[in-house]
Amino acid sequence: MAAPKRTTPGVFVVLAVLGIAFVTLPLAGLIQRTPWSRAADVLTSDSSLTALRLSIVVATSAAVVSLVLGFPLAWVLSRSSFPGRRVVRGLVILPLVMPPVVGGVALLAVFGRRGFLGAPLNNVFGVQLTFTTPAAVLAAAFVSFPLAVLALEAGLRSLDTRLEDAAATLGGSRWYVLRRVTLPMLAPQIAAGLVLCWARALGEFGATITFAGNLQGRTQTLPLAVFERLQTDPDGAIALSLLLVAVSLAVIVGLRGRFLAAR
Amino acid sequence: MSLVVDVEARLGHFTVAAAFEAAAGETVALLGPNGAGKSTLVATLAGIHRPSSGRVDLDGRTLDDVVTGRHVPPERREVGVVFQDRLLFPHLSAMENVAFPLRALGVARREARSRAADLLARLGLAQRADARPADLSGGEAQRVALARALIREPRLLLLDEPLAALDVRARTHVRALVRRELIGFAGVRLLVTHDPVEAMNLADRMVLVEDGRVTQIGTPGEVRAAPRTPYAAELVGMNLFTGRLERLEAGAGRLVTSEGDVVVAWPPGIDGALESVIGLLRPADVSLHVRPPEGASARNVLAGTVTSVSVEGERARVRIDASPPLVAEVTLGSVERLGIREGTRLWASFKAVEVRVQAI
Repeated sequence: MAAPKRTTPGVFVVLAVLGIAFVTLPLAGLIQRTPWSRAADVLTSDSSLTALRLSIVVATSAAVVSLVLGFPLAWVLSRSSFPGRRVVRGLVILPLVMPPVVGGVALLAVFGRRGFLGAPLNNVFGVQLTFTTPAAVLAAAFVSFPLAVLALEAGLRSLDTRLEDAAATLGGSRWYVLRRVTLPMLAPQIAAGLVLCWARALGEFGATITFAGNLQGRTQTLPLAVFERLQTDPDGAIALSLLLVAVSLAVIVGLRGRFLAAR
Repeated sequence: MSLVVDVEARLGHFTVAAAFEAAAGETVALLGPNGAGKSTLVATLAGIHRPSSGRVDLDGRTLDDVVTGRHVPPERREVGVVFQDRLLFPHLSAMENVAFPLRALGVARREARSRAADLLARLGLAQRADARPADLSGGEAQRVALARALIREPRLLLLDEPLAALDVRARTHVRALVRRELIGFAGVRLLVTHDPVEAMNLADRMVLVEDGRVTQIGTPGEVRAAPRTPYAAELVGMNLFTGRLERLEAGAGRLVTSEGDVVVAWPPGIDGALESVIGLLRPADVSLHVRPPEGASARNVLAGTVTSVSVEGERARVRIDASPPLVAEVTLGSVERLGIREGTRLWASFKAVEVRVQAI
């Protein structure tokens, strides 16, 4: 049934334009203030390149960790019923709504030098997590994990489980069916989850700086580098910001047709 | 070499119980109306659904035994299933779908592909090997599903409504092909269908399932000659009355059904009344009249209203809401001459000797 054509109230048109301006004006300001003559120098400087490289490593690792840990959980949430399942799902998405800095404090409480996991790690194995790249990965994975679980759970729910039954009658063991039927059919959701987690991890600031600190080459990712430069070199910070905008735009282009498709 | 089934399976509040045997080289049709429990039986035999009691044996190997807790999972049952909606893997080509069972067994990719290609060629699909399921026609997809179920040479081939999803033209073609493959298949062949034409055409024996129970087992000829339930009678186009037989007069009796009485010839060799008999009446033996017939020899004259008229070739089947309800088969000429249509009030008559009575 085709929706009847409705006239749009004039006031909505005005507010809609305001909404567009709300999003685009800051971007325009960023571009307008960009010191183009210095941009190349800033972006190719050692500290920037180090931060960019670290950001890519951290975001990619965090996305992979989220997906690998998220898949079994999404499976359990979508395919089994147990008491408290709703509570578990609520807990899982908590990092998504929680202030990241609180996440960082929480991670510190667990994995910090005196945390209840951090202390034995340090005493028994001599491993200290805080202020290392793995800590930055952990912080980024913590905040992106819910996105992986949500994307995979939705995918698993929409999958026709009778295809897996059919595969079993054709002689496929559980692992074979998982590898040849379930995972390939989930490919779009896995890709979407990967991109969403990667984008979320790339932008992570609060949990990272709280839990992993701001050490150049070890934990200083691009957002942290932008923040640091802002104190001393605002123009350089703008150039770095533009780089992050470019990466974000690339993500949107990559996701085009998946989540942004008009209904 | 055979399948021996005696199980009860539960799905929600619905329970289906079935006991039957099928020998290798024999095609057995599980025939029943929609909702009779056929799909639950398919899932149980395939191992997807666990029975709630009873056991399943295939070629001397116990697949399910609720008493001992034995349950062989689907991937180790050697049961090839062609599912009603085929369930081809959408991300794999036709050939990869057919090669899947071999690959699952650990057959090398090249050998699996060449065997899949051979089988597809035998089924007339050599040209479509690289097509995705979404690009296949209904008939082609059905053949791919059949090839996929056959390639591993299972001990039991289970066809669930193989022709139901096809249009009339594809159906004729695929039916011939299914018949050929069934004949060429050495194991136990089980055909699940709600279509009596399909069952009579393809099956050596029929197992009728109604309301979660087996109501009759026999060859198509046996079921045609002596249907045991109203559903079976309907399948083979007969009128069937079930009830109590009482002595009426010399040589005659009254068959008392819950929907009305019928006068029948007394069956030979029986003395007293019988609590439970069935009477069969061929629709062609029922005469129709627009006025109450007078001076006729027919002992049964029932008034009623026409509820439906269906034309088959030069004949028409007229359904009459009488007590009991009847189906009459008359020529198209009679339908026109008597002005029979839905809602027409008329009289149906048939002789007592035309009702074949047997005890059950």
